[in-house]
Amino acid sequence: MSVLIVGLLLGGTYALMAMGLQLQYGVARVMNLANGEVIVAGAFATFWLFAGSHLSPFVSIFGIVPAAFVVNWAVYRILILPLVRRAKNQGQLDVDSILATFGLSFIFIGILLSVFGGEMLTYSYLARPFVILGEPYALNRIAAFLGSAILCASLYVWLHWTRAGLSLRAVSVNSSAAALVSINVERASAMAFALGGAVSAAGGSLLSMFLTFDASQGVIFTLKALVIVILGGVSDIRGAIIASFILGMTETLVATFIDPGLTLAAAYMLFIIMLLVRPEGLFGRRPS
Amino acid sequence: MTGREMRQLAIAALLFAAAALLPFSGSGYWLTLGISIAMFTVLATSWTLFSGPTNYISLATAAFFGIGMYIVAAGLDRLPFPVLIVIAGIAGAALALVVGLATLRISGVYFVIFTLGLAELVRQIVAWAQNVMGASSGLYVLITLPDPTLYWLLLALAAIVFLIGWLIGRSRLGFALRIIGNDEVVAVHVGINTARVKVILFVISSIFASITGALVAPRWSYVEPSIAFSPFLTFEVVIMALLGGVHRLWGPLLGVIPFTLLWEFISAKFPAQTTLLLGVSFLLIVYVIPRGVVGLVEDLLRGGAARSAGAERIPRWLKAVLQRLRIGHA
Amino acid sequence: MLDAAAKPALQVSEVSKRFGGLVAVDRVSFALAEYEVLGLIGPNGSGKTTMLNLISGALKLTAGAIRLYDDEISAQPANAIARKGIARTFQIVRMLPAMTVIENVAAGGVFGHARRWGGELEDYAIGLLRRVGLDARPDTPVTALTYIDQKRLELARALASDPKILLLDEWLAGLNPTELRTGIKLVEALRDEGRTIIIVEHVMDAIRSLCGRCVVMNSGAKIAEGTPKEVLADSEVIRAYLGADDA
Repeated sequence: MSVLIVGLLLGGTYALMAMGLQLQYGVARVMNLANGEVIVAGAFATFWLFAGSHLSPFVSIFGIVPAAFVVNWAVYRILILPLVRRAKNQGQLDVDSILATFGLSFIFIGILLSVFGGEMLTYSYLARPFVILGEPYALNRIAAFLGSAILCASLYVWLHWTRAGLSLRAVSVNSSAAALVSINVERASAMAFALGGAVSAAGGSLLSMFLTFDASQGVIFTLKALVIVILGGVSDIRGAIIASFILGMTETLVATFIDPGLTLAAAYMLFIIMLLVRPEGLFGRRPS
Repeated sequence: MTGREMRQLAIAALLFAAAALLPFSGSGYWLTLGISIAMFTVLATSWTLFSGPTNYISLATAAFFGIGMYIVAAGLDRLPFPVLIVIAGIAGAALALVVGLATLRISGVYFVIFTLGLAELVRQIVAWAQNVMGASSGLYVLITLPDPTLYWLLLALAAIVFLIGWLIGRSRLGFALRIIGNDEVVAVHVGINTARVKVILFVISSIFASITGALVAPRWSYVEPSIAFSPFLTFEVVIMALLGGVHRLWGPLLGVIPFTLLWEFISAKFPAQTTLLLGVSFLLIVYVIPRGVVGLVEDLLRGGAARSAGAERIPRWLKAVLQRLRIGHA
Repeated sequence: MLDAAAKPALQVSEVSKRFGGLVAVDRVSFALAEYEVLGLIGPNGSGKTTMLNLISGALKLTAGAIRLYDDEISAQPANAIARKGIARTFQIVRMLPAMTVIENVAAGGVFGHARRWGGELEDYAIGLLRRVGLDARPDTPVTALTYIDQKRLELARALASDPKILLLDEWLAGLNPTELRTGIKLVEALRDEGRTIIIVEHVMDAIRSLCGRCVVMNSGAKIAEGTPKEVLADSEVIRAYLGADDA
């Protein structure tokens, strides 16, 4: 039972980083392989602010999110936009953005390595037990979960009840139709990409409260975010959230009963099952 | 076989024979460099066999390379080296078959994503398996292969890659592959079983990667997962192939040589910023020379031909040589 | 008229295709006799191209069955159906952009119904180019061709597999009057050499001169079947194309 709750807590926290990737792939249509590095950067920045200035992650987030937004906006305008403009179809854009963000991920790793070095970083914040239903759980995991829940809910509200959010959703459904109703698709995509990066960095910030990070772990987070987004059915937020919980629980089950070093294997297991049983994901539409 | 094809084979044989003379030059440094170049030529060319025509970017090279390396490292006290190399090839084929059948029938993007984490996944599983069996994750490799032998083995492997690539290029399989890369819908409607073709090419490409890993294992006396499954390896292979050009069989070779030399220079002068510079050069290639050196050369040729007779950019003899080197299709 | 005892080349029985809630094809049945040229007509959005996609295997049936002679092809993948001898052109021409004219034609003849290779393939392909009236040099890149030439090339590619049934999806669309006359003559020649063809078209002149029989679709369902003269005079058909007032 307690394993399930830990799994839920983990899954809920994963939801945030997955939503970041979903904004980038579902709306901006960019397969961003550097997403994991943004998550790691968010975690590192939080660590640095905590270790250096004793700032609580919940305070640091207010600085990290805008910073990540700006950086990702710049990445979109400088790196991605030329590719979008020169791509003749979505397939070519996929290939180009995969290659470009693959290169970008190494640049990010390089920057992280030179600024923070190669060691594993962790810090202790809210590492006290908190009792739920008679079992103790780490307070930092609960806090991260709550933080993620609040941010996901805010994002959901923004997407569904504001005009800007509406334009993003329109672009993710059909970008040429969105252009026809005078939505500036380029600006919406840049906004989605930047927002996605900001959300991912926030996710990394929250995850840093209870996970240990080093500069090379980005690819693992990219993979997990990708598996969640695909499992949920690329364009659907509900799908991504449910898939996050599924991954969180599967991972915790595997870590508890088989081996804690096999977290990626858990994600791959879900990936393979999905590919074999329902390739369009939980809420995805089967391509005709 | 046409006259042109015989000429191509003859030139290739000559080049390989010339390359085989390197160990006799007496310089250990150049031989080491030669081994690097030979190894990356095999990896980049076999990568291009699949990822070139289909545009399905495989990021799994390190997974297959690492498996090959680990099989040799783990089995060397029980089985002879040549047997282990064969086993490495079989293991690579098996993994490629699983990955290919799972993802290649569905979508190119899923394939790329799957391969992205594959090396890391295999690394985790290998580490876990060793944990379970009570072994440590690092392995000692207790045979050494003298450099010239390793060089000739890699050169021979490169020759095999080129030969197989050349044969595929002239075959129905190669034609099918090019059609798939052009328009998969058309490919299906002319009767090509696209999934089967893609899987076959992916398996062939991966076998070379795992055999290469097995061959070079003796170079390290101590093999660790982080060495065997290093993401930098995949990255370097992809960047070299892209730099050279993925639409010709000999394209990657044109990327391997300059990049290896450039890399020697950079890692000597800027050891702390290698990752960063790798990333930057990767982006430069993707943005500035997307079709690689081959693309540049062919643009030059086309530009030279379009000009009037009095303003040829490159000498005619050079143009003739370059045109003769076109292996495969028109 | 059709000889009732002869086996149809293609038998479409109660075929339906649903996309979620949208019914694109609604229990359509018809038979195609050997050597026949059948017109499949109807207003835009009536499901004609979907029907062709179902026959060629590009889409999977939701219900019903399709038989090619004795062979049930309903559940088979498109490449298997292509190998069995069904070839098609596409509504929007699909070229192999990085390849030459001759390679585009040859592509049709290697893997399918009629398998050729090497010199034999090359001669065959060049013959087909001549047949469809494409006089570009064989090693021209296809991106240099005009639209009508690309259409000819696509037809040559479809013919390269020596298909039992040829599906032409609005092959005559987008042509000026001269090109249209040439195009119709070309299809007539194909008919006269004994090909079995389904034509989806909007150009009524072509339908009238090429087709012995027509099937009319509207909103996914079949609303009429008969000779072009019969169906084009049918009030239901007129209503479907022009609206209720003109029937």
